[in-house]
Amino acid sequence: MVIAAVWAVMDRSLLKSAVGLAIISIIITIFMFKFDSPLAAVFELSVCTGLITVIFLSTIALTKPKTHQEILALSKDRLRRYGYLPIIVILCGIASLGLLSMPIGLKLLYRINEADVRNVLWNLRHLDLFGQIIVLLAGGFGAVILFKEIQDNEW
Amino acid sequence: MNGDMAQLFWTFVISIIMLIASGLYCLLVTRNLVRSLIGLELLTKAVTLLFVVIGYITGQQALIQAIVITMIVIEVVVIVVAGGVILSVYRNYESLDVRNLRNLKG
Repeated sequence: MVIAAVWAVMDRSLLKSAVGLAIISIIITIFMFKFDSPLAAVFELSVCTGLITVIFLSTIALTKPKTHQEILALSKDRLRRYGYLPIIVILCGIASLGLLSMPIGLKLLYRINEADVRNVLWNLRHLDLFGQIIVLLAGGFGAVILFKEIQDNEW
Repeated sequence: MNGDMAQLFWTFVISIIMLIASGLYCLLVTRNLVRSLIGLELLTKAVTLLFVVIGYITGQQALIQAIVITMIVIEVVVIVVAGGVILSVYRNYESLDVRNLRNLKG
């Protein structure tokens, strides 16, 4: 997963970066299934791996990619900027290795005895649902306005 | 919570820290708007994974799944709107370079 993340950040091609992000999503989906969260896993797989990758690919497709000469000219600068990333990531991993021997200090503020996620969403966290609807509407209107403006100007 | 659970938790925390490091580095270093969105996605994914692991360890998977679903919905909306903004910027400047946005400063 970390290797895919570093690849997604460092690769020159934005398309490959989007694919790297989709790979991370797939790995997280597998972990979700293993950790008894199947509904969240299905959401992650369909929305994050599918929809978000499609959005990234359409955004990349609608913008003009750089020419080969431009990429070559920028590659030295890119190497200078992104070259430190693997070192930083490895250093972060080594620095946090000391955590392995520590006990977990998690304390639950409150415990929910409901085991079905549908009951949690509908009965206990229904305000979240209202929030989701409002956010979706805001996002929909935002996208319509932004894309409409692009259509109007016929670029 | 037994030792195995603690080791599992901290193993995941280490990989989450590494994911957050790559996401933050991407956000700080990149000049491309699409790539900065990828950095933001990496940060969101790290937080999602942390939620799932904590839900498994505390046995509160149902509650965590509800929160993760809410997070995913917000994530998608943010990406869609940010994608629209990126296309608008590209239309105006013919480039995805974030330095072009300096013209917006008052």
